[in-house]
Amino acid sequence: MSKVRAVTRDVPSAPRLRDGVRAAIPLAPGPFLFGLSFGVLADAAGMGAVATVVMSATTFAGSAQFAAASVLDAGGTLVAAITAAVFLNARYVAISMTVASIFPGGRLRRLAESQLIVDESWALSGRSGRFEWPILVGAGLLLYVLWVGSTALGTVLGGALGDPNALGLDAAFAALFLALLAPYLRSRRALQAAALAAAITLVLTPFAPAGVPIVAAASACLLGLRR
Amino acid sequence: MTDVWIVVATVGAVTVLFKASGPVLLGRRALPARVQSVVELLAPVMLTALVVTQTFGGDGDLSLDARVPGVAAAAVAVWRRVPVVGAMVIAAVVTALVRAVT
Repeated sequence: MSKVRAVTRDVPSAPRLRDGVRAAIPLAPGPFLFGLSFGVLADAAGMGAVATVVMSATTFAGSAQFAAASVLDAGGTLVAAITAAVFLNARYVAISMTVASIFPGGRLRRLAESQLIVDESWALSGRSGRFEWPILVGAGLLLYVLWVGSTALGTVLGGALGDPNALGLDAAFAALFLALLAPYLRSRRALQAAALAAAITLVLTPFAPAGVPIVAAASACLLGLRR
Repeated sequence: MTDVWIVVATVGAVTVLFKASGPVLLGRRALPARVQSVVELLAPVMLTALVVTQTFGGDGDLSLDARVPGVAAAAVAVWRRVPVVGAMVIAAVVTALVRAVT
């Protein structure tokens, strides 16, 4: 279907980087506020402003960053924080494979530019029915600048806030993960896996050390092996 | 090196590899279908576990406190298609209000 669309649609000229930047502008408020809240919450969770901003610059993947910050905040272990974030980002293996062939140049250039793959830039780059490199990289660049900049701003604002838990920031973490989860639940298989993960987490929480239930819950993804 | 920096460095390095895995390592080959369907379930599974621990977890036990009405309000907001940041603010405000009056 996508192929048919790509052929029948007029293609006046190949998109350029600035078309990618332009395509991401309508989305800008989302990542900006998201980055701002990461700066506020991670700093309040005790990560420190510098590590918080460095994480945005190197990881550049919101949900995993929030996951690591929330596990650390809840007193979870190093391994639990890393596992939660790494498992969340494992989807980028699959995502990066769908766009593997659009990156030009040598290995180093592909390594650098592939870091601009995030959910939003990836989704935008496939809008025309086939993935387009200038859209992905242009959109990714704008989103990267917004993400790192707003994280830094968030750490400044966060420093001015009082006790984070009195302000309900722990519930804000939960609300964030819920909002990110919602779109996945349209698939029946994802819904089943999520229910199993919730059960595993609830059962283990009273017995296992902080963070371990999250790691154990990851096993629910093995439901994907069923036909 | 503190725990926070170990987390930042490790998660950063692994994420760089994940994002580069397609364009740098695998070129045009695709993931086997069964691996793909396991990987696709990782995000919803981890997000669910995080919702549960962040709402009910604490001090090594399950607890029902001011976070629950906050997250419930956020769930309604998400269902009504309120943007992510709006849902976060609603959860924080409701939880803070419940804490202030109890």
